[in-house]
Amino acid sequence: MSLRVTDLWLDLGAFHLRGIHLEIAPGEYFVILGPTGAGKTVLLETLAGLHFPRRGQISLHGEDITRFPPERRSIGFVYQDYALFPHLSVEENIAFGLWLRRMGRKAVSERVEAISRRLSIHHLLPRKPETLSGGEAQRVALARALAIEPSLLLLDEPLSALDPGTREGLQQELVRLHRELGTTTIHVTHDFEEAVALADRIAVMHQGQIVQIGPPEEIFRKPDSEWVARFVGMRNIFRGELRPGDGNYQWLVLEGTEQPEVRMAVLTDRFGPVHASIRPEDIVLSQEPLRSSMRNSFRGRVVSILDRGTLIYVTVRVPPDRTLLKATDFTCAITRPSLEEMNLKEGMEVWIAFKASAVHVF
Amino acid sequence: MSVLFANRLTVLFSALGMLLVLFVAVPLARTITASSPSLLWQTLLDPEVRGAISLTLYASFIATLLALICGVPLAYLLARVDFPGKGVVEGIIDVPVVVPHSAAGIALLMVFGRQAPLGQVFGLLGLRFVSAVPGIVVAMLFVSLSFLVNAAREGFEAVDPRLERVARTLGASPWETFWRVSFPLAWRSILSGALMMWARGLSEFGAVVILAYHPMVAPVLLYERFESFGLAYAQPVAALMILICLVTFAVLRGTTRKSRRAR
Repeated sequence: MSLRVTDLWLDLGAFHLRGIHLEIAPGEYFVILGPTGAGKTVLLETLAGLHFPRRGQISLHGEDITRFPPERRSIGFVYQDYALFPHLSVEENIAFGLWLRRMGRKAVSERVEAISRRLSIHHLLPRKPETLSGGEAQRVALARALAIEPSLLLLDEPLSALDPGTREGLQQELVRLHRELGTTTIHVTHDFEEAVALADRIAVMHQGQIVQIGPPEEIFRKPDSEWVARFVGMRNIFRGELRPGDGNYQWLVLEGTEQPEVRMAVLTDRFGPVHASIRPEDIVLSQEPLRSSMRNSFRGRVVSILDRGTLIYVTVRVPPDRTLLKATDFTCAITRPSLEEMNLKEGMEVWIAFKASAVHVF
Repeated sequence: MSVLFANRLTVLFSALGMLLVLFVAVPLARTITASSPSLLWQTLLDPEVRGAISLTLYASFIATLLALICGVPLAYLLARVDFPGKGVVEGIIDVPVVVPHSAAGIALLMVFGRQAPLGQVFGLLGLRFVSAVPGIVVAMLFVSLSFLVNAAREGFEAVDPRLERVARTLGASPWETFWRVSFPLAWRSILSGALMMWARGLSEFGAVVILAYHPMVAPVLLYERFESFGLAYAQPVAALMILICLVTFAVLRGTTRKSRRAR
């Protein structure tokens, strides 16, 4: 076990940590997912030694570091808004931790050179942080944290301050860096799709507590509690592979289902393995196949009906006559009048349809 | 604002504001220009004047140095740490600005005077305050330290605490974090506070005159010349003092402007 957190309690103003337990394996990419104010940043800062817990234990590689000051932990930290030293150049920012380790000048510049090339920021080295774009600044912050070869990398909402295009680029960069360096990483976010795309495992955090831990699929397929279900939004999230389609469309073939009937038309220019999501309200449910312009239409069977007040969530299994392992469940949101009009019951055969543009690839 | 568009409000406000600006600028300009440059030069060659001016510069410099040594750590604590009684400490630091400076001089005399306890202790060490340079230094220190402490505190407050936290995770001890991150980033504010304090110390009369009429600092010399010989003799000394303060002030504005741009 790389990091083991046992029964961690902390009170810090409005923020609390209540009995946090975590076990993170070496090389794991672990995501802590939760809404604003859940205590995610405080948890990371406590792991880094910036706050001391009221109770509990943190151990890293078997060593109890609960009372170590931050500078003795060798834990890299990246903040959402970069926190680059404004009085130092990019090069000096990256070298900062190496200076403190009393490394020789040559060794420092070699290490800075290597990490900045790896992050494609080599051309920025002489610049001052204030001249960098958000994406560049975050790469520098990552390089600074990685330069000390930390035994654990903590990322506090590292993508949230970036515009969507930059965010996607940096997200793929994080995947690549993790694959290449294998640094054990804890990444905090409130963005579910970001969590799913990056995580080996996800811990869902709510009001200072970890309410569920598991692989991404398990979190959204089997939320433990009402709250988690609501927070992850009863979404349709799939993993699959994009293959060339006809015209503007690509075919998304879902993982584990090589059945032609569950390939979806998707509007995207990406290829290869991806995640995809469809909002439950974008799926139209009907008793007969619809004549419409919607590119995706499947026959399925109602497996569950969940009443959430204003909206009813109906889960439909496609194809209808298989077990979950060999099929895909779609969740659609319908209104109460349409539920009554169609007289839906569990076990009924129905049709679902959605536009190619309703499938969001990430 | 690039264009001052004229409406009645801005015209009226400009007129009223200009009155105040002229009220300050005209007497200063008149004092400086009243004496010819050659007279100013002669005044500067007067050993008594030169001695008083250099004593003033020196004593204020020492006072500023003392305030830097104790005031910068205090400013850092005030900016970063919440402790019981913090409001009281902040109040005490601000008090010298509001008490009459002659009263401040009396108060210092009560502690540093020859018969006073602290005065006796220092007396054993051979340090005398009344009618001596150390007396001038403590008087200047007392009345002007607020400027340095407050400027430094604002400087430290402007440093994002997360920069310090990141420095810690990168391996810096609290001490290294202070010297490598907090201090360099607050440095311009500290410098401008120090200049402000130094300039304020130069101009101090009330507190200094009570602790040490002699040796004479420039404001006291100026007062004495005015009392003994009249306006004509006091005026060139006043002009010199004003010029020195103006130069200091120009430097001060220069550093603060740069610090604003750097942010």
